[in-house]
Amino acid sequence: MNVKLSLTVNGKAVAAEVDPRTLLVQFLREHLRLTGTHVGCDTGQCGACTIHLDGRAVKSCNLLAVQAQGAEVTTIEGLAAPNGDMHPMQAAFKECHGLQCGFCTPGMVMSATALLKDNPKPTEEQIRAGLDGNFCRCTGYHNIVKAVQSCAAGS
Amino acid sequence: MYPFQYHRPANLAEATALLGKLGEGKALAGGQTLIAAMKLRLAQPSDLVDLGGIAELSGIRADGDAIVIGALTRHADVAASAEVGKRIPALARLAGSIGDRQVRAAGTLGGSIANNDPAADYPAGVLGLGATVVTSRRSIAADDFFSGLYETALEPGELIKSVSFPVPQRAGYAKFANPASRFALIGVFVCQEKSGAVRVAVTGGGNGVFRSAELEKALAASFTPAAAAAVKLSADGFSGDLHASPEYRAHLVSVMAGRAVAAALG
Amino acid sequence: MGANIANGIGASALRKEDQRFLTGAGNYTDDINIPGQTYACFLRSPHAHAAIRKIDTRAAAAAPGVVAIFTGEDLAEAKVGGLPCGWLITDVNGQPMKEPPHPLLAQGKARHVGDQVAVVIAETYLQAKDAAELIEVDYEVLDAAVDVATATQPGQPAVHDIAPDNVCYVWGHGDKAAVDKAFAAAAHVTTLEFRNNRLIPNAIEPRAAVAQYSRSEDAYTLHVANQNPHVERLLMTAFVLGLPEHKVRVIAPDVGGGFGSKIFLYAEETVITWAAKRVNRPIKWTAERSESFLADAHGRDHATRAELALDKDGKFLAMRVHTKANLGAYLSTFASSVPTILYATLLAGQYATPAIYAEVTGVFTNTAPVDAYRGAGRPEATFTVERLVSAAALEMGIDQAEIRRRNFITSFPYATPVGLTYDTGNYEATLAAAMKIADVAGFPARREEAKKRGKLRGLGYSCYIEACGLAPSNVAGALGARAGLFEAGEIRVHPTGSVTVFTGSHSHGQGHETTFAQVVAERLGIPFENVDVVHGDTGRIPFGMGTYGSRSLAVGGTAIMKALDKVIDKGRKIAAHLLEAADSDIVFEDGNFKVAGTDKQVAFGQVAFSAYVPHNYPLDRLEPGLDETAFYDPTNFTYPAGSHICEVEIDPETGVVRVVGYTASDDFGNVINPMIVEGQVHGGLAQGIGQALLEQAVYDPDSGQLLTGSYGDYAMPRADDLPNFKVDTQVTPCTHNPLGVKGCGEAGAIGSPPAVISAVIDALKELGVRDMAMPATPHRVWQAIQSARA
Repeated sequence: MNVKLSLTVNGKAVAAEVDPRTLLVQFLREHLRLTGTHVGCDTGQCGACTIHLDGRAVKSCNLLAVQAQGAEVTTIEGLAAPNGDMHPMQAAFKECHGLQCGFCTPGMVMSATALLKDNPKPTEEQIRAGLDGNFCRCTGYHNIVKAVQSCAAGS
Repeated sequence: MYPFQYHRPANLAEATALLGKLGEGKALAGGQTLIAAMKLRLAQPSDLVDLGGIAELSGIRADGDAIVIGALTRHADVAASAEVGKRIPALARLAGSIGDRQVRAAGTLGGSIANNDPAADYPAGVLGLGATVVTSRRSIAADDFFSGLYETALEPGELIKSVSFPVPQRAGYAKFANPASRFALIGVFVCQEKSGAVRVAVTGGGNGVFRSAELEKALAASFTPAAAAAVKLSADGFSGDLHASPEYRAHLVSVMAGRAVAAALG
Repeated sequence: MGANIANGIGASALRKEDQRFLTGAGNYTDDINIPGQTYACFLRSPHAHAAIRKIDTRAAAAAPGVVAIFTGEDLAEAKVGGLPCGWLITDVNGQPMKEPPHPLLAQGKARHVGDQVAVVIAETYLQAKDAAELIEVDYEVLDAAVDVATATQPGQPAVHDIAPDNVCYVWGHGDKAAVDKAFAAAAHVTTLEFRNNRLIPNAIEPRAAVAQYSRSEDAYTLHVANQNPHVERLLMTAFVLGLPEHKVRVIAPDVGGGFGSKIFLYAEETVITWAAKRVNRPIKWTAERSESFLADAHGRDHATRAELALDKDGKFLAMRVHTKANLGAYLSTFASSVPTILYATLLAGQYATPAIYAEVTGVFTNTAPVDAYRGAGRPEATFTVERLVSAAALEMGIDQAEIRRRNFITSFPYATPVGLTYDTGNYEATLAAAMKIADVAGFPARREEAKKRGKLRGLGYSCYIEACGLAPSNVAGALGARAGLFEAGEIRVHPTGSVTVFTGSHSHGQGHETTFAQVVAERLGIPFENVDVVHGDTGRIPFGMGTYGSRSLAVGGTAIMKALDKVIDKGRKIAAHLLEAADSDIVFEDGNFKVAGTDKQVAFGQVAFSAYVPHNYPLDRLEPGLDETAFYDPTNFTYPAGSHICEVEIDPETGVVRVVGYTASDDFGNVINPMIVEGQVHGGLAQGIGQALLEQAVYDPDSGQLLTGSYGDYAMPRADDLPNFKVDTQVTPCTHNPLGVKGCGEAGAIGSPPAVISAVIDALKELGVRDMAMPATPHRVWQAIQSARA
């Protein structure tokens, strides 16, 4: 039986009727066509699907859409300023070459922004530990860490 | 994922009533284990009772010589709690070492201990601190709560409301993470109660969280890292897999116990 | 060549790709949805080896939403062929390798866990998956041959009837007699036996494909996560489906990492392309990660015995290598070439070893196919060479750097005894730079300091070489390649002077849209912003061999340079007309065509405009337009090389190895974009360190079940597993391509594993540890310490 769902996504109210089996990431990608949030695994580990749910970084592949009832969701599409200016973390990733193929990038950026929210001036060790929920296969993390450091220094 | 009926009760009474009448129903807390298992079609509940709308299940409060943590409290909130950090820092650190950032933002105390994964962190903290699990029906001592692999004393339809952690004299947790999953390959929680009694709980051994009488005896005599590290456990009863042999796990218990004691002593 | 303009050659230009990737506007295959699309779910074998007695699809066919179900029988009936292997290896007896059929869906037998047995196409993915569970397959489970080291022994089950001993080929390379003679006279022989651990590529984007068939055009379009869409199309149409090539368009849009695993033609995209016409609906398939573990081509998996003969001074006399290479259950696209052509030819390394012989046995097993993974053969060769060298130095009491210096090749060109001719290099320079940056001189003090903390420190070296820029087609052809290895590039100058570059290379993280634009902007003297790069579409690009083997810039970039030469050459003629001068008097500098020795000039943009608005134009001798294509076939491989130094610290209580320092000094020839090159090195290092310390694909030796079938058991490197890297480049320009470039994509993965393992052994040598298997997990290191102490 379908369930009525209403929530806010990237500042806009969204209402839908969904099969309760629908994962939050499926809801975002398939119902709302917000394809910036990616799926990289089926066991909740790679973090490519990371979004903000009520301000916290969570894995949208490991939550049912109905668990976001009434919540505020932010995806990578909602991170930039309304005028299109990149969020400082996005800009830092570009400046520091913190991405290559781009597939893990949206999740990585969403995790990194949550990390700095919890700890605005992290050490390198804290950054590395704080990105433990996100895999990147391209960058060796070196420039991702640099990007987070650069963003923290600039904020 | 197989089809299921979804329910979102507004309060605990409604939730327990639902679970009581639904045969193959399961409670959904943070979902960090259950949703993953359902996705892989390893779990097939007929009904999911989502506890996410029950505000009374969340929160952290002091209660005399104990800290009471609501079942739906997220790991990240326990890790960041000033109250927990001040009075039972080992528990805050344990919560901060579970899974990863995103798991900690979604996973809950109640969900973790109800699932009782043999490599989970929280069972070690609950058992090590000698906490009391408060359910919709009764209070269960930690020693009676964890009954085996993925098994607990919870009865059908019984829900965890909160866990009451007595504030110890000192406590420490040291975890050796599985390099792949980051679950505990071995995690050791040591606790010296206000009475001076010592409790040691070990997770990751393979057959569910347990108390180590050898370590408790040694640490009761001398609460020092050296005393812990000197205890050599038999490998019997530890599991072996890709990541660790029983001998290695047994060895890690001594090492992690020593480190947990060091952490407890600050 | 220096940067004459902003973001020209040598500049760390920020990437053009990043805006879309950072804002969620990337366009990966699974992001593509076509009206009316259906979804495919593949039913996979749960057994490593089983006869398929019967498949009953009746219940599944009646399930909600099911559009069609196909099995191997249906494909056989439709005369659909099997997947081809692109490289013929000829064995020591002159016989061709055994090439068993590689059906798209199992026919009669399933040969590895995850082998495709049937496909269900349904209205939704969930419906397809639900229905797939209703297919009843009557399996007769057979014993499985799983381990490469034992699969060729008598009594092992045969994976294929045509190879009863599971041997695909025994291939020999080098002068065996000379090697045997040198060994007989050697003062010292170092012998090692080891496994090169099996890896799973794990690009973070799982494989995916969307196939559609247009009745009005009688043509197919396939979007697929792939590194070489033209090769994909050629193999699929000509060898499997029997379709006319011009009726199939293959598009590889944004691709989320490849590392080799997306080179190959796989069954899934081929099946859905075929089925799209049968069901007359678009079909989407996206792998679940669990499927990727089971059905992506894996990498490495060698069992090797290697020997190095030395004289009393530590000079290398000869090397002898016997390797069993796991090919898996079927021959994947380039499987046969990886452990042979891409492996044994690299066994000279950076050293003037006079005689080398390698014998490679390609082995079928009941495991997933094994093919190229970042480095492809060259990491295995480098591990063999560098571990032998490090072990020999330890055994003979020679300093690790000194033994390498004594044996370095120092004059070029240098013809190795294994068939390659190195054009240029300076191995002393990269070693010296790496040692300086790694502060080797300060290591003894760091080791002492660590000891006080109860920790063990070690330093490991690796001086690697690779052959990249694949490849001279005639050489590859003589060695068995069934394809050419050139590249194509087209420069389309628009009337207003902006440029679109069409390249046959494909970018899936490498940043071609930026690097290639830098090359074009520099050469034409136009703004970087005025150049766009198009790749990954057989409908738009003349032809292409794609991206693998660190070839994109060396081969694809050279094709672009050749096309630019043609553009400039034609531009010169147009300019001569406009400036009323002779063609031979026109020079092209800084974006202007000039009459040499005068101040008369015309800008590139004006020439472009004239070419498209040919009012004042030499129409009598020149066609209008400015759009040139070039194909480039390299004359030699390129030989990136470098020195890596790894410093580890080991906790002897737990066996945990931390990489506390990692230095790479590499010679990639000229560097177009240092930022991107450094990023490529970082990523390669992470994969190499991952191989050395964390990653391994493990099958149960009896059942053939994949025990590391998820991220819960397959240890992917995370940010806190890795250090900051120190990277440096030294330059000897490649002598045979106009950019002087060699390639950098695989170097990190090639150079690093032996550096890490040698560092671990160095740290543990005082305990008596002399060898360490990959990955050096805490458990394994602890066990080694226990055995050494026992």
